[in-house]
Amino acid sequence: MSVISVKNLSKIFGKKTKEALSLLDEGYKKEEILEKTGCTVGVNRATFEVEEGEVFVIMGLSGSGKSTLVRLLNRLIDPTEGDVEVSGENLARVGKETLRKVRREKMSMVFQKFGLFPFRTVLENTEFGLEIQGINKEERAEKAKEALELVGLGSFIHQYPDQLSGGMQQRVGLARALANDPEVLLMDEAFSALDPLIRKDMQDELLDLQQKMKKTIIFITHDLDEALRIGDRIALMKDGSIVQIGTPEEILVNPANDYVERFVEDVDRSKVLTASHIMKRPETVDIEKHGPRVALERIREQGLSSIYVVDRSRQLKGYVTADDVKQARDNGEKGLHSILRTDMPTVGLEAPIHEIFEIIHDAPVPVAVVEDGKMKGIIVRGAVIAALANGNGVTEDA
Amino acid sequence: MLNFIPEIPVADWINTAVEKMKNTFEFIFDPIKDDFGEFVETTAEWLSQVPALIVILIVALIAFFVSGKKFGLVTFSIIGLWFVYNQGLWEELMYTFTLVLFASIISIIIGIPAGIWMSKSKWAQAIITPILDFMQTMPAFVYLIPAVVFFGIGMVPGIFASVVFATPPVVRFTNLGIRQVSNELVEAADAFGTTGSQKLFKVELPMARKTIMAGVNQTVMLALSMVVIASMIGAPGLGDKVLTALQRSQEGPGFVAGFGIVILAIIIDRVSQNLNKG
Repeated sequence: MSVISVKNLSKIFGKKTKEALSLLDEGYKKEEILEKTGCTVGVNRATFEVEEGEVFVIMGLSGSGKSTLVRLLNRLIDPTEGDVEVSGENLARVGKETLRKVRREKMSMVFQKFGLFPFRTVLENTEFGLEIQGINKEERAEKAKEALELVGLGSFIHQYPDQLSGGMQQRVGLARALANDPEVLLMDEAFSALDPLIRKDMQDELLDLQQKMKKTIIFITHDLDEALRIGDRIALMKDGSIVQIGTPEEILVNPANDYVERFVEDVDRSKVLTASHIMKRPETVDIEKHGPRVALERIREQGLSSIYVVDRSRQLKGYVTADDVKQARDNGEKGLHSILRTDMPTVGLEAPIHEIFEIIHDAPVPVAVVEDGKMKGIIVRGAVIAALANGNGVTEDA
Repeated sequence: MLNFIPEIPVADWINTAVEKMKNTFEFIFDPIKDDFGEFVETTAEWLSQVPALIVILIVALIAFFVSGKKFGLVTFSIIGLWFVYNQGLWEELMYTFTLVLFASIISIIIGIPAGIWMSKSKWAQAIITPILDFMQTMPAFVYLIPAVVFFGIGMVPGIFASVVFATPPVVRFTNLGIRQVSNELVEAADAFGTTGSQKLFKVELPMARKTIMAGVNQTVMLALSMVVIASMIGAPGLGDKVLTALQRSQEGPGFVAGFGIVILAIIIDRVSQNLNKG
């Protein structure tokens, strides 16, 4: 179900908005319209839908209209034309009272420079939205503390914003937005003011939080790496228009036009490709059925020096080496339990290549890819290097 | 060649206008003159009857706490006030203080709402700005004339003239302070669904507080600078002593009364500035 549905949304800055709109219809470009009418096209006929629980990233360079677009969604900027439906309410048309109600209860916003009130403590900042709604003191303190706990700031509630680092300040910004328990979270370049390491931490944390909360998030950024990391879908903007909407994969693999392609070229592929792209089907033996003889046969067949061991439901148990298996067979053992080794390297399906590269370097056996303990595939050193070298590691059957 | 139009009777028009205002608003001016005048007089008399020692101690305590428990301002206050007492100008000091106090309070009560209105409306800004320019550049003596017409002589017309002269800074600074609140904070307030008054009281005024207080400080200082001029229409106090000394060409008493004003000015200024820091 779509929570937000945007249709034909436009914003023209300037006085002759009607004229500018009709010029847009005739296919004139942004610069030509500026020259002819003195109006700036902020957003040009944006149309998209955002599903419940989705992280929808709007990305573009500065001046592409992404910040204007997000402000049209909660009407910090009044649209010139078009509709914004948020859970059934057309915000572009509603009166002030309804708009206020939606802003209070359904949408919260996180700002690039945090937008914290310097004269309020962390707790008081977090309470702001609840205070505005007129919720009593005890209840709002309780909810605010919960939200602060969630972002890991439970012990800083009586500090003032300027006593905190940038990363912590933005956590307060996030907690303030979450305290209202909104359906939709608007995040305007929320991590852009943070230094790269902190930024990555915050991205991870947002993803963790999103696992628990399942909010609908609209995330604005100018950084494609960030967009690819956190977006379920990405909308690319240029000169006020959306040029492509798609999953990170679609954008990378099928850039809609030169503009998108230029963006994509800059991306460090090792950050985008993950374990699931370069793993291959594993050869395994079943610990409940197979003994040393079967194991040895499969090892020989494949020309390996070891083989992974799973149980009937494909739960990863460990691995055995060719030498150990030979020994066990010679000793007349029936099972593999006594020679099972468990010091194998494992990664999740979403592990990025550069992480695998670090692990695989010292690993005695291929890296096992597991999900919920289940064996999904293995990654050999050659596949990682090939993927890093030319980005051709993407395989469809993965 | 320049005489193609006879002299325009602007002065007459103003005379008529002032006369008309006096007659039309007599029902407001008269109670102000009588009741408020009496209230001000009583306050001044009461203040001058409090033993000087107690006043000095109270001022010293205030100075101690607002200056962050340092002794510089405290020492200055004690010695300065004692000096005024020593020179036999204590009662005059209390009258001057009363005049400044009332003028400042009225200026602030008018000025802050006017500044808020100005910050919210382009029209208000366009209308109020030239009025403020006029109020500040017109020689202060000129205000004395209608003040006397409306309120007679004494403290009330003095306060009236001081208010006209001292209000502009607090209006300007309030306007400036609110307009300077960063766009992102205003957006944050809007994004959480504030009403106009919630935004004003919970975000804009707290953010603008320091700027507004700087304006208040300026207003108080301007009110104080009016005390000598106000004494020309019979406002009692240190200003009156300066004026008398001037008329009789007595430099000694003139300077002594002048010192009293300076001491009062420094104490009020430092106390209000320190209040702003906290």
